[in-house]
Amino acid sequence: MGEIFGVPTQVLFGQLLIGLINGSFYAMLSLGLAVIFGLLNIINFTHGAQYMMGAFAAYFLLNKLGLNYWWSLALAPIAVGATGVVVERLMLSRLYKLDHLYGLLLTFGLALVIQGVFRNEFGSTGLPYPMPSQLAGAKNLGFMFLPNYRAWVIVASLLVCTATWFVIERTKLGAYLRAATENPAMVQAFGVNVPRMITLTYGFGVALAGFAGVMAAPIYQVNPLMGADIIIVVFAVVVIGGMGSIMGAILTGFGLGVVEGLTKVFYPEATNTVIFVIMGIVLLIRPQGLFGSR
Amino acid sequence: MKFRRKLLSAAAILAIAGAAHAQISGNVVKIGVLNDQSGTYADLAGPGSTLAAKMAIEDSKAILKGLKVEVVSADHQNKPDVGSAIARKWYDSEGVDVIVDVPTSSVALAVNQITKEKGKAFLVSGAATSDLTGKACSPNTIHWTYDTWELANGTGSAIVKTGGKTWFFLTADYAFGHALERDTAAVVVKNGGKVVGSVRHPFPTADFSSFLLQAQASKAQIIGLANAGADTTNAIKQAAEFGIVKAGQNLAGMLVFLTDVHALGLNTAQGLIFTTSWYWDMNDASRAWAKRFAAANGGKYPTMVQAGVYSSVIHYLKAVKAINSDDGTKVIAEMKKLPTDDPLFGKGTVRADGRKLHPAYLVEVKKPSESKGPYDYYKIRATIPADQAFRPMADGGCPLVK
Amino acid sequence: MADDAYKPRASHDPVAEARYERRAFVVMMALFLVAPMVVYPVFVMKALCFALFACAFNLLIGFGGLLSFGHAMFLGAAGYVSAHAAKEWGLPPEIAILAGTAASTVLGVLTGLLAIRRQGIYFAMITLALAQLVFFLAVQAPFTHGEDGIQAVPRGKALGLFDLSSPYVMYYFVLATFTAGFLLIYRIIHSPFGQVLKAIRENEPRAISLGYRTERYKLAAFVLSAGLAGLAGATKAIVFQLASLTDVHWSMSGEVVLMTLVGGLGTIFGPVVGAFAIITMENYLAELGSWFTITQGAIFVVCVLAFRRGIMGELEAWLRRRRIG
Repeated sequence: MGEIFGVPTQVLFGQLLIGLINGSFYAMLSLGLAVIFGLLNIINFTHGAQYMMGAFAAYFLLNKLGLNYWWSLALAPIAVGATGVVVERLMLSRLYKLDHLYGLLLTFGLALVIQGVFRNEFGSTGLPYPMPSQLAGAKNLGFMFLPNYRAWVIVASLLVCTATWFVIERTKLGAYLRAATENPAMVQAFGVNVPRMITLTYGFGVALAGFAGVMAAPIYQVNPLMGADIIIVVFAVVVIGGMGSIMGAILTGFGLGVVEGLTKVFYPEATNTVIFVIMGIVLLIRPQGLFGSR
Repeated sequence: MKFRRKLLSAAAILAIAGAAHAQISGNVVKIGVLNDQSGTYADLAGPGSTLAAKMAIEDSKAILKGLKVEVVSADHQNKPDVGSAIARKWYDSEGVDVIVDVPTSSVALAVNQITKEKGKAFLVSGAATSDLTGKACSPNTIHWTYDTWELANGTGSAIVKTGGKTWFFLTADYAFGHALERDTAAVVVKNGGKVVGSVRHPFPTADFSSFLLQAQASKAQIIGLANAGADTTNAIKQAAEFGIVKAGQNLAGMLVFLTDVHALGLNTAQGLIFTTSWYWDMNDASRAWAKRFAAANGGKYPTMVQAGVYSSVIHYLKAVKAINSDDGTKVIAEMKKLPTDDPLFGKGTVRADGRKLHPAYLVEVKKPSESKGPYDYYKIRATIPADQAFRPMADGGCPLVK
Repeated sequence: MADDAYKPRASHDPVAEARYERRAFVVMMALFLVAPMVVYPVFVMKALCFALFACAFNLLIGFGGLLSFGHAMFLGAAGYVSAHAAKEWGLPPEIAILAGTAASTVLGVLTGLLAIRRQGIYFAMITLALAQLVFFLAVQAPFTHGEDGIQAVPRGKALGLFDLSSPYVMYYFVLATFTAGFLLIYRIIHSPFGQVLKAIRENEPRAISLGYRTERYKLAAFVLSAGLAGLAGATKAIVFQLASLTDVHWSMSGEVVLMTLVGGLGTIFGPVVGAFAIITMENYLAELGSWFTITQGAIFVVCVLAFRRGIMGELEAWLRRRRIG
């Protein structure tokens, strides 16, 4: 077996692949944030909590209603998205006239409440969620054992991200959305119900978080705090990518996952910090982010 | 200090008035259960430990003869600053005489320090670090249930003796993980094994896949998990996913609680070998107590930490009664003098450095087919007698016994 | 900036305003002087440290218009440095505190240079991410002792005279530190520098066209805020004889935002009131575990939706209405 820079290729490729898997989650989450930010100009701090709610929804669907993973994959995002719609109608919609920072503060408080309630109810040891039987097992790729489920994570994430990108950048609905981002009053004047579009967009962004939560449930424990720390990493991802483009969010998500994977091989101590260091460098050179405009 | 004097003088006045319990401050013994009530360790200690302390008081009624005992509890959130602030407040202004449980080594070390400063009593059940009876030992602290040395010694030597010679550690990157790795590595080497590498993971970690890959690449026979709680269960789950056990490597959980096995499910956890100080299904007394506990705890069975809280409070109250005082330093000294005896841990002793001695058990997690009821999870493979289960006093470097 | 709720109203009557501020200051000091006779001193000391922390934070948002979501890094880093200086180097407490403050000031320069390149939400996210970076460094650096923190920090003798192991001496030492910090902030706000900051907050392009190098002003405000937050953190480490990860964690950054929001963004006394309110609440809810988090979150939501001016903001508005009416 060969070596690259003194690292066995087996380890290197293994970590790259794992980086790609983590990147799948970063991409899905930062995509949701970007979609919401694009139209609402709100940084959705509740995103991590909503990701967690997706995992819990899957857990409940399985244990209370007997619905398996595949059902959850379809239903949990809808359920979580619906809670997002409620939040937007009841609270966020009152803040659009104000400084955007209030949106950040509100969603931050909301995240604390949601995480606290779940922690009260379910403790924080985490609840087990079984691997769907169709995806159990692993393939021997020669350089590593790739669990089928993790391969599925990459595929599903790519599918969802591409579909979202396609809808927003290449369809008429997407054109309305983009137009409303630029000039809501004008779009309203054309007879488009902009407030409803905003509500549904928020719901959709939240549903993406819920989807990522269902994807995460079989790998990680279903844990009330699972979204609390990942969300800050995703924020850094978003800053690096720049808020301007959907594609930017997706590419940066995957890319940084891979970079993190490489760091684990060459300098494991910096695994947690590498994304923030990259953020610092990007800010020095391109303050608007890699794909950001303005 | 001033405050304590005030408390003492208040106690003196009360004593003159009441006379019945001459040395009991405020005429009530106040037990503070300080632990994680909402975080990673809430299930293995948490409200269950408070319940255990209350059960101990109930079962001590016969000897208390009307002496009032109260329990208060608080959540230290696994943070040393929160824990020490509560401990200070309890000692300074709320008349707490003894603090029990305190999982999370960092918090326990902080409370240990404050208890010594204030001359109160501290009975550790939940925390692991063997430093509590080593360089941080105190005349006001007894380390009751288990410690890192005990776990390392029990599990490490058993596994090396059955052929697990080469080890790779996945270590939680904080003091407790480091202590566990250090103690286990020493045992492995002493028994003729070899440590081929280790990797430190952040606390807490959700995704162990890359660390597991490194462990796999090391080709070690045994992957030692020097972590606890959700970190351990996540690592075990993901190891199964990556086919690590199937490929011939074995996992050794260094600190595994009943609640962890419960969270993993027997399917994933089966075959896991580790050391515990107590298991509910050992004899009639422990079974009866566990059933009583579970009935009051939403069906959740007691962990060794909760059993240790019960046992330590029983012994504490005996000592308070024996000297008719709740002065921390005096009670701890008396607790070391009296032999221990309770339905859960049986007969035992407390050593001069504050180490409570009892046997340890090497257990294996049952296959799903072997489990006959709720929480029927362990098979006891070996019993390590009390005199060998814990670190010899001379090796600890406790300044009290030099 | 569409909404001005967190900005202080332009003063209609500067003389009355100054009189109000003087009176409020006297009342506050009188309360603090007698507080330890009535309340558990450790509790008041904790609240004072957080009050100073919140005032420092408020300097940046209330008068500079910059919402930092990473102020815990200054509190925590200064705590570590002063604890290390007092314990390992054996420095007297006042020097240890100065060392901590200096460290957080330097950190403020480094992070400020990066953060002030963006505004508004981006600024908040960048400070949050930078604070997370500092958090991970604190987890890994050997001198911070990771999860254990730096424990058993000696309080020592202040200026070689006052033995801080007595809770009362310690209390008045903390009060002196707080007062110094508070007055400094008051001076900054009312100085020409503070006025320029306000101008930048109101309309940055205009300030630039007037010839102000706004970047430098913003950086200076950021560094001052960082240094004062550090002073609070360093003092806190000496009071509690402990420096730990809690003080660098992002939830601490959220907590200081909450304190300031509850008390009143951009008011002079608001952060003090807010800090005391939140610390009191924490004191009573600590025993209820995660209910504290839930309550905290709920207060956030309520404040943002319906109570944006905070306690002091509402009070001052009421006083002003009464004066006019």
